Amino acid sequence: MSLLTAPVAATRPRLVALVGNPNAGKTSLFNALTGSRQKVGNYPGVTVERKAGRLLLASGEAVELLDLPGTYSLTPRSPDEEVTRDVVLGTAAHESRPDVIVAVVDTTNLRNHLRFVLELRRLGLPMVVALNMADLAERDGTRIDTSELSVILGMPVIPTVAVRRRGLTELAAAVAPLLELGTTAHAAPPAADITLLQREARTIAHAVTIETGGAKRWSQRLDALTLHPVAGPFLLAALLFLMFQGVFSLAEAPMQALAGGVVWLQDQVNTLLPAGWLRSLLSDGVLGGVGAVVVFLPQILILFLFILLLEQSGYMVRAAFLMDRLMARVGLNGRAFIPLISSFACAIPGIMATRTIDAPKDRLTTILIAPLMTCSARLPVYAIIIAAFIPDLRVAGIFNLQGLVLFALYAFGVGGALLAAWVLRRTVTKGPTPTFLMEMPKYQWPAPRDIFIGLWQRAWAFLARAGTIILASTVVLWALASWPNPPAGATRPALEYSIAGKIGAALEPVFRPIGFNKEIALALVPGMAAREVAISALGTVYALQGTDEDHAEPLVGALRAAWSLPTALAFLAWYVFAPQCISTLAVTRRETNGWKWPAFMFGYLFAMAYAGAGITYWLARWLLA
Amino acid sequence: MTTPYAINSMQRGDTAIIIAVDPEGRDPVSARRLHEMGFDEGVDIELLHRAPLGGDPLALRVGNMTVALRQALAALVEVTPATDAPAA
Repeated sequence: MSLLTAPVAATRPRLVALVGNPNAGKTSLFNALTGSRQKVGNYPGVTVERKAGRLLLASGEAVELLDLPGTYSLTPRSPDEEVTRDVVLGTAAHESRPDVIVAVVDTTNLRNHLRFVLELRRLGLPMVVALNMADLAERDGTRIDTSELSVILGMPVIPTVAVRRRGLTELAAAVAPLLELGTTAHAAPPAADITLLQREARTIAHAVTIETGGAKRWSQRLDALTLHPVAGPFLLAALLFLMFQGVFSLAEAPMQALAGGVVWLQDQVNTLLPAGWLRSLLSDGVLGGVGAVVVFLPQILILFLFILLLEQSGYMVRAAFLMDRLMARVGLNGRAFIPLISSFACAIPGIMATRTIDAPKDRLTTILIAPLMTCSARLPVYAIIIAAFIPDLRVAGIFNLQGLVLFALYAFGVGGALLAAWVLRRTVTKGPTPTFLMEMPKYQWPAPRDIFIGLWQRAWAFLARAGTIILASTVVLWALASWPNPPAGATRPALEYSIAGKIGAALEPVFRPIGFNKEIALALVPGMAAREVAISALGTVYALQGTDEDHAEPLVGALRAAWSLPTALAFLAWYVFAPQCISTLAVTRRETNGWKWPAFMFGYLFAMAYAGAGITYWLARWLLA
Repeated sequence: MTTPYAINSMQRGDTAIIIAVDPEGRDPVSARRLHEMGFDEGVDIELLHRAPLGGDPLALRVGNMTVALRQALAALVEVTPATDAPAA
């Protein structure tokens, strides 16, 4: 799949925009029409994803197809919906007005979706209606008179089934002649009376429906289970459990393979290049740093696979419904649940997913607590400390003590996030009580193509970040850790003489009260770039004997010898709340348009981590004394 | 004809017909959002589910779509039992 920029044509390709309600199958239609010819970027200034692709018409002309964020009307409620409004009104700063609008409509919910079509029609842009999910309507026994609908609306109406690629040629053929019309658009029509449009839509829907089918009972029957007051929460817990099991067990083999690949590359560099700064930069800096992050790709993909399946099947909204009550207690709403689940993979996509939250204070609070969800980068840190300090014991016959400690660390993160939200909503992000209003889409089988394209885009975004921000920060850290060289005859580890070593020594007094030694203070500095880098930094400090092979195993022994149990527990507690990596702060700056909130985020997480580690340290000392 | 009541007093499985959305104009922004979700005079609704722990939020069938919303929002909608009014 090519995500490269399309060759720049002499004249700009003409623009066709897909517009529609959420759950109309718009993205499926976009994927079916453009296939692999997609470009995903961001609108400058705002961080709404811009999805565009090339659509080839029968004439041979390629037009640019834009997938605008789903919205219920042109009165926006969130940053996403604002983009849709601005683009179709022609007031968007970085997008020209579309030449043609394709309104995507769910055939099984005609009366609600037609309301938005009528609102769009007032813009005066050439339009086509894609009567999507036509197969679901047929299956339910609903028949629509499309030619009558076309006459009433005064625009072509094409039945489509995006997931089965039906109606695509017809849709493209209907778009082509409209491109020649030229725009007679009204700049900004007066705001429509929604009630009048709604009634008109219902009248039209009634007039064009030849046969009404029975309601889709199986979707409701499934809801009787998933939304059941007792069975529903159990099912949700079971699904989440399955998801985390999958993330950790399925990802193990590919992660080891990737780690092996990184080591192999380091070996190649080490044999091909003479010893010196270039070899050190490539092997320790670039491959060591970026490699440490890239190995998490399998975990992130598996987690996203689960999340995409839950989203596209329609279950995620049910989960939000079940969680809304709990979220309400801490001043959030059920919608925040979806970004928070994504944050278990990585806070960055989680923070980006908050764009769908309409209340600004709600969204800000969700962004601020997202880093408290234990992301996959913390896992290697937990894994190595647990392996070193927590005995591999059976508890109560069935539980493994190490597993229980890992679970407790996740639980502390979630508990900390809820507590933080509760406090934030009463102080810095005080605002109106958020509300909760969401359409529950019908359940449907996720289309493999949509899942695949979604995963590909996530993998690409992750690798692009590894290749830019993470690469740059690891190179800087490598430089700080490598210069200046130790003086001749130095006996202590080279790292201690470097700038990074000096920083660690300077920080040590700050961390001594919570049980951290100089080595830990030093490791926390590179840990800012990416949390798991702290482990490779500890590896560098403790693995002095020069064995570059696999830091992990000797490190377990070294840590056992150097740290007390209270120190190890304090280190774990620190990482539950740890001030997040630089990439998270960068994405927060982008999403909140300034440095104020990332600075606040860093400060409050630092305070929580410091307090958490301190309490753990002193409590453990007192208990073990 | 019985007096209008709010959705909040409905039981699971009850059906009703909407007679007004925010008739007193207490919250025009929310009213507009409810309209966007298909709430309107004459539309038939059914209370499908209540969330665990206190029964808030609610899941409603509104016409032929399912909508989840909190009780505070649902209180803006006045309904009458389905038997009293002709189906929409």
